[in-house]
Amino acid sequence: MPRMNAAQRHVVDFTLNGQKIRAEAENRMLLSDLLRHEVGLTGTHVGCEHGVCGACTVQIDGKPARACLTLAQQVRGSDVRTVEALAPGAAELSPLQAAFRRHHGLQCGFCTPGILMSLDALLREQPDAGREEIREHLSGHLCRCTGYATIVEAALAAAEEQRKEETPNA
Amino acid sequence: MKPASFDFLCPDTLEEALAALAEGGGEARVIAGGQSLVPMLNMRLARPGLLVDIMRLEALRRIETSGEEITVGAGVRQAELEAWTNLSRDLPLLAAAFPWLGHVQTRARGTVCGSVAHADPSAELPLSLVTLGGAVSLRSRKQKRKVKADDFFIGMMATDLAEGEMIEAVHFPKARPGSGYAFREIGRRHGDFAIVACAAVADDKGLRLGIAGVDDRPRVFALPALNDDQFDDALNDIAWSLNARDDIHASARYRRELVRNLGRETLKEASRCRA
Repeated sequence: MPRMNAAQRHVVDFTLNGQKIRAEAENRMLLSDLLRHEVGLTGTHVGCEHGVCGACTVQIDGKPARACLTLAQQVRGSDVRTVEALAPGAAELSPLQAAFRRHHGLQCGFCTPGILMSLDALLREQPDAGREEIREHLSGHLCRCTGYATIVEAALAAAEEQRKEETPNA
Repeated sequence: MKPASFDFLCPDTLEEALAALAEGGGEARVIAGGQSLVPMLNMRLARPGLLVDIMRLEALRRIETSGEEITVGAGVRQAELEAWTNLSRDLPLLAAAFPWLGHVQTRARGTVCGSVAHADPSAELPLSLVTLGGAVSLRSRKQKRKVKADDFFIGMMATDLAEGEMIEAVHFPKARPGSGYAFREIGRRHGDFAIVACAAVADDKGLRLGIAGVDDRPRVFALPALNDDQFDDALNDIAWSLNARDDIHASARYRRELVRNLGRETLKEASRCRA
């Protein structure tokens, strides 16, 4: 692939929430800005912009990752999922999102999209995740409202619900 | 908090990458997982003219065992090494260190060699590499060389990497049966940079203690046996021999105290693992 000039925009082909997408970005554009400003998906929030707060967490190839520590050019060919992919419909929440609402897992909601993407990946990879694994994944996120306890409760409830669904006769 | 502009190259071959680095000189930087470099770009502490993305070079994405050495290529992500089947058998020190290393979300993207190249004085992977007596393979268009880890780190985020060179792989000596390993650290929060991190090896040659977060690079020391009268004095000498600094996170005095106490605990744990 030829050297890409700093002054121009370059095509980035990738999969976003299950759909093939072609966007354009300067080399210096971060994935977080590509998602928000080029694609128009503003569910991914930008907090510290140096990888500390976790607000911008999305899933890249199934793994939670910081969109602000990823250049748009680095996701060429990758599968990116954002918080917009979680809810099955416009008026419906995913089980994890519904558990957040039930357990008051959010107040201002700024950190929530990132936390949801981390926990969604965790519950998919480790359906039997308990308090310890949930706290470990949460350690990569800052929430200044809730104090985390309700977030952990919401995640535990969602995990429990998911396990019941998978083994209906248990 | 946005990077300054740079050219970008995503080469298909290692030769192409090395040619670009040679041509770019001091202006060119390698980008792999980006978990250390992108924060530097965002804060404009780094302003390279060219980034060379090496993550599409399959040859660099290997974990290989040859003889007494585990070789981790420059494209191997931290999460990949963390999930490697033989990790707890062959690299128990790393198995103990990984939970301290950033967060799940940064290990998913960041590479092992990238952390070594960044050379943060409190980072876990450089500390583990130095403590185990590992090495770094460097490559430029003109030559290949292998440098002992202890010689590779030369100061605060400074390494022996020359212009036009890149890390091709790092080499960790394989754990030997009958040796004990331990890793501990103290930070403000789990996943934060360590205030002090200690790595210890106990084997038939004696005790070795690696310390990060105190001096401007990870340092490693040999110690007398635990039950030796001189043991605490030796730890105290180590604490004073390090160039500890006061900063916003901790005082130099506190760091020395951590070296004495956390150092002792880590060495004890390594000795217990050996038994």
